[in-house]
Amino acid sequence: MFESKSGIFLIAGLGFFAFAFVVMALLPWMIYYKEPELTVASMAQKGIVPEFADLAERYPEQFKKHFGEVNYKTYAQALQLGHDVYVAEACWHCHSQFVRPVSNEDLRWGPVSHALEYQNTLQRPVLFGTRRVGPDLIREAARRPNDWHVAHFYNPLSVQPTSVMPAYSWFLDEKGYPNKKGMAVITYIQSLGSWLREYPYFEGDGPLGPAAHPEEPYGGKPVPKQVVSSDSSADSNNPG
Amino acid sequence: MTALNVSMNPPAVTHATTVDELVDRKLALWHLVASLVFLAVAMLAGFTFSLQFLQKYPFPGIELLSPGRWRLVHTNGVAYGFIANAFLGCLYWAVPRLTGHRVHSRWMSWFIFWAWQAIVGVTAIGLILGHAQALEWGETPTYVDPIAFVGLILVAVNFLTPIFKAKGPMYVTLWYFIAAFVWTPLVYAMGNFLAEYLVGGAAGGAIGGLFIHDLVGLFVTPLGWGLMYYFVPIILKKPMWSHGLSLVGFWGLAFFYPLTGIHHFLYSPIPLFLQHGAVITTIAIEFVVTTVIINFFGTLKGRGDALRTNMPIRWFYTGMIFYFTTCLQCSFQTTLTFQRLIHFTDWVVGHAHLVMYGVFGFWLLGSILYLFPRLIGAKAYYSETLNSWHYWLNAFGTLIMFTDLLVAGVVQGNLWRNLAPWEESLIASMPFWLLRTISGTMIIVGNFMFFWNLYKTWQMTVAARQTEPAGPRLSPVPA
Repeated sequence: MFESKSGIFLIAGLGFFAFAFVVMALLPWMIYYKEPELTVASMAQKGIVPEFADLAERYPEQFKKHFGEVNYKTYAQALQLGHDVYVAEACWHCHSQFVRPVSNEDLRWGPVSHALEYQNTLQRPVLFGTRRVGPDLIREAARRPNDWHVAHFYNPLSVQPTSVMPAYSWFLDEKGYPNKKGMAVITYIQSLGSWLREYPYFEGDGPLGPAAHPEEPYGGKPVPKQVVSSDSSADSNNPG
Repeated sequence: MTALNVSMNPPAVTHATTVDELVDRKLALWHLVASLVFLAVAMLAGFTFSLQFLQKYPFPGIELLSPGRWRLVHTNGVAYGFIANAFLGCLYWAVPRLTGHRVHSRWMSWFIFWAWQAIVGVTAIGLILGHAQALEWGETPTYVDPIAFVGLILVAVNFLTPIFKAKGPMYVTLWYFIAAFVWTPLVYAMGNFLAEYLVGGAAGGAIGGLFIHDLVGLFVTPLGWGLMYYFVPIILKKPMWSHGLSLVGFWGLAFFYPLTGIHHFLYSPIPLFLQHGAVITTIAIEFVVTTVIINFFGTLKGRGDALRTNMPIRWFYTGMIFYFTTCLQCSFQTTLTFQRLIHFTDWVVGHAHLVMYGVFGFWLLGSILYLFPRLIGAKAYYSETLNSWHYWLNAFGTLIMFTDLLVAGVVQGNLWRNLAPWEESLIASMPFWLLRTISGTMIIVGNFMFFWNLYKTWQMTVAARQTEPAGPRLSPVPA
């Protein structure tokens, strides 16, 4: 059995792979199976971030050309395109999108990430990230104003002299205004974390629209205890 | 278990057919050449990308030369261009010799060759045009995924046919190969279809983690070890030290490796009990790896001189030492204790380079070094000095890069945890990133010396063939 073709093909090849798949893939799949995966449209319905409206005010001509007016539909459109640009440019190779319950990350970024925050089509495949050269972005909403982002995409060194981020000048038109891609990716980044009750952390007025500041931020479900909360106490030299 | 003694030695071809009829040398050679072409592209992409970290990127503001996109070319070029092609070349050499049968079909083999180059080429172009997906090593554009999947099935059929045709006991190498041919298409489908179209969120992250790790553990690792079990006893002209340890190594890997993937996302919103499971199985792998390493160093016992005199053996055993290092490192870095500090830092980048290049890259370069003169019918290399430089520049380049990034990771992790302003972690990283670029340059220079040596050797062989046209086209090859 241990050295036969059928033994290796069936047990090691198919059997062990299937076992691992059941335990390590099917199980988490079943755990979250009943949690609805939000579409972009339904995410947009939860509230338009004010930065989207701000883009329309700052760049009225360009905004009208690329998106028309500020409404749920154009907001959803911008979120989707912004996400696609974020993936195509592989932003997630240098910017993570999850706050860990350790290493003082909740002090630096904001509330620890929760599984249900990722149950939406913009997180398929999930954008946890792989390396943090630049800051984490999952709590980035309203942290910096739109014109900071425009200047930063044009030339990161102009606002952050130590930055190693490349310039994304193709997010801007020849006049230096953000084009469709630029507006979309700024909207996407400004939306990250805007669904939380604690939003915004630094500035801004909070989401617009009837669904702003929902009582139950996770789609009406009770917020479960943090999955790994017991481990955060282990960081004993937490200042404060 | 009478079969046991027989299977301890790589079986010689006992059929009336000659090796020349079994092995399509041209096919193997073309795969190896293609792999080196992609290695050159991937290395230069990596080098250029590393300049971005020094704020010295030579092509700023050009969309098609965006460092973010070329980073994708670097990783995918190494995995699918360099490593996959080199494996295929070695498989066309080893499988017919181990089974005594030709691969399934010559026509299909050449189809696979051209299809694979097209897949890698289209992938690279697609990534540069911005068609990437958001899964590490699964970035291949959506229109490439189904084609690559069919390609992997054809590869499996092509090599499983001779293996299943062969009678009698199977040598260790073939255990690894069979398993790899079953696993690779499954893994590819899981990562590129399931995580892309069906499962999102944290569960999708779990599946993505499995894909990333299985690609290393169930595609690259079994093929790599299979080749080591093939080349090392043949070159040293002695059997493996212990057949029992070979069994432990194979079955331990087969059981534990598929379970480890979630260790890529520790402290993430994936359920913690699954993260614990991944940590435990990852540590278990280290024990399995130790048995394999003991087996190979037991085999080397009494033939230590080969490390000095035989270049392929030197590459192989350097790779094995790196393998042990990287697995030992892994069993620590996978614990929640280490993860607190080093997750998302350059520590992981150092680990990845040591695994993919220091281990599998070294084994494949050693294999290419062994196979190239045998494939073109050369008697010797143009220059042994160049071969020596190739080895030392690579060995030190890789070692420096690994150590450098390891330390950088610890520095970054501490600065983050101490809540230093983010810029501090960048300023502190700059010297490490400079050293990374320098060590990468050593690797590139070493490899281009190798390419030059291969070219001159080929030129020399062609010239020699023209002066003595009466000789056989291919010189007989030992073992």
